[in-house]
Amino acid sequence: MTRNPSRQPSVWGGLLLRRLFQIAALSLLVGTLCFLMARALPGDLATRIAAGRYGYDLVSNAAAEAVRAELGLDRPAWLALLHWLGDIARLNLGRSVVSDVPVLFEVAHQLGATLQLSFAALVVAVLVGLPLGIRAGLHPGGAVDRLTVALAVLLRAMPPFLLAVLLMLVVAVNFGVLPVAGDHGHGSVLLPALTLGLGLGAGMARVTAAAMREAAASPSYEFARTKGLSDRQALVRHGLRQAALPVVAYLGVHAVFLVEGALVVETLFSWPGIGHALVHAVFGRDVPMIQGTALCMGLMFVLFNLLVDSACLALDPRRRLPAGATA
Amino acid sequence: MSAVLDLPVLVEQRRRQHHRRRRAGLALLASVAGFALLGPWLVSADPAFQALSDSLLAPGAAHWLGTDVLGRDVLSRLAHAARMSLGLALLAALTAAVPGVLLGVIASWRGGRTERALVMLADAVLSVPGLLLVLLFSSLAPGRHWALYLGLSLSLWVEYFRVSRAASRPVLAGDAVQASRLLGFGPAYLLRRHLLPALAPVLGTLLAFSAAQAVLALAALGIVGVGIQPPTAELGLMMIEFMPHYEEAPWLIAAPVALLMLLVLGMMLLAGDDGDAA
Repeated sequence: MTRNPSRQPSVWGGLLLRRLFQIAALSLLVGTLCFLMARALPGDLATRIAAGRYGYDLVSNAAAEAVRAELGLDRPAWLALLHWLGDIARLNLGRSVVSDVPVLFEVAHQLGATLQLSFAALVVAVLVGLPLGIRAGLHPGGAVDRLTVALAVLLRAMPPFLLAVLLMLVVAVNFGVLPVAGDHGHGSVLLPALTLGLGLGAGMARVTAAAMREAAASPSYEFARTKGLSDRQALVRHGLRQAALPVVAYLGVHAVFLVEGALVVETLFSWPGIGHALVHAVFGRDVPMIQGTALCMGLMFVLFNLLVDSACLALDPRRRLPAGATA
Repeated sequence: MSAVLDLPVLVEQRRRQHHRRRRAGLALLASVAGFALLGPWLVSADPAFQALSDSLLAPGAAHWLGTDVLGRDVLSRLAHAARMSLGLALLAALTAAVPGVLLGVIASWRGGRTERALVMLADAVLSVPGLLLVLLFSSLAPGRHWALYLGLSLSLWVEYFRVSRAASRPVLAGDAVQASRLLGFGPAYLLRRHLLPALAPVLGTLLAFSAAQAVLALAALGIVGVGIQPPTAELGLMMIEFMPHYEEAPWLIAAPVALLMLLVLGMMLLAGDDGDAA
């Protein structure tokens, strides 16, 4: 990959290869864990499936044996595991044990809600973080700078579930402004999005401030001012792009926060997304659903990382040199 | 601007401030740990003893933090929950540190194919968000401590691996190690005399950090109800149990929330992070 430094595609290819490998590893890991989970369920699998088909009164040992032979449940464990993983590779995720709906269908349905929430959280983070951060970075030591430090320390001292509990109690219960939980249309996305977005936005404000401070002190920015650009022009043309890199990289590091946060926040606010579905599948011991939702969340995480990596590459020509990209 | 901030006096002042902040963080973490370790021993009340006539008592002399809806002593439950969470988290962080550090050192020592294979292994684990991994493990055997422990340590070792791989590279390439090698000292000596002393400070911080992270993960799983199961006292579970009684006893929820916030604050101070670092 690093043999030909002048060609760009090698860097992009390496990037893609690494994430593709991660997707394969994700499927392997989640698939194996779910296989073990299915094996660890109490009771005889064949008898339960036969009971589901013929009704509990009509199950006999003979019927269970017939099911066992038909579905290959008498195969050794390693062969069954291979078949299980093969099914994942063919995107055959089975049906939910609880609702009997194909898992892919359910997950596709919930993915919309999760994406909506994540997007809203990102919007909150950007709306809170960027303006405050840019202002704080251009005037270090000023009121906004000190405010964002205090805000960042306070908000980041709270994991999302704490913030969720506090927001619920203060905004929804004490003031009764917004719905506490569920998805009832207007405004219900606001509280969970605030929960996820505020923490992210506070960190983002600090990263932006530091990046902006550095960009404003850089020779290129100084030169832009010297050649007669106004404050605004210098900021828009020279400052922002330079300052954008650390901010995008910060988002990449905290992608895990969005995914893990979705798991907790969706459950707390009964938001009908993937994290909520995963927790309920765990309650119901619904292994195909656990597998489908966990795979989907992992996939979201890897794809988001890929997006951030590509954004960094696109923003910063220095990174397209192979030495930086493969480190 | 930066020239003004780089005056020696100011640099010295900032360095001292940084030092003081780390001290405060360490003190906070130590006091939470002290409460967790000594609390259950000092508070004699049984965390599971119910007295239904004493339901939702306000804080007082008999029950310092009041009682929950089943009349159980909240201080005692808090202490037991903290001991269980912190104990499990410390155990997971310590046992994750050993393979993580060893593999990290091996990776930067051997380089080449070994290093690439180990980095791939770390990448594979990193493809699953940590909390998801712990959740999957815990649903292998619901409510069991060993499943949570396995999931936690499996997701924690990667950080040790990455840090010790990066930190041991300059040490291994340095003159001191080269001199020791020329004198004929073996890998065990190099590890003991050169690598571990260089890694020790950053590993200490990392240990505190990952233990606190593990406590938070346990609480997050507890609050959504897929971690430790009732009636065991657990910080996240306690919050969820107190929520329905917020109207009658709003002070109840403050106890587990305050404990967790102190923990995170200590962790942030220790990491020397005033909101500027990512």
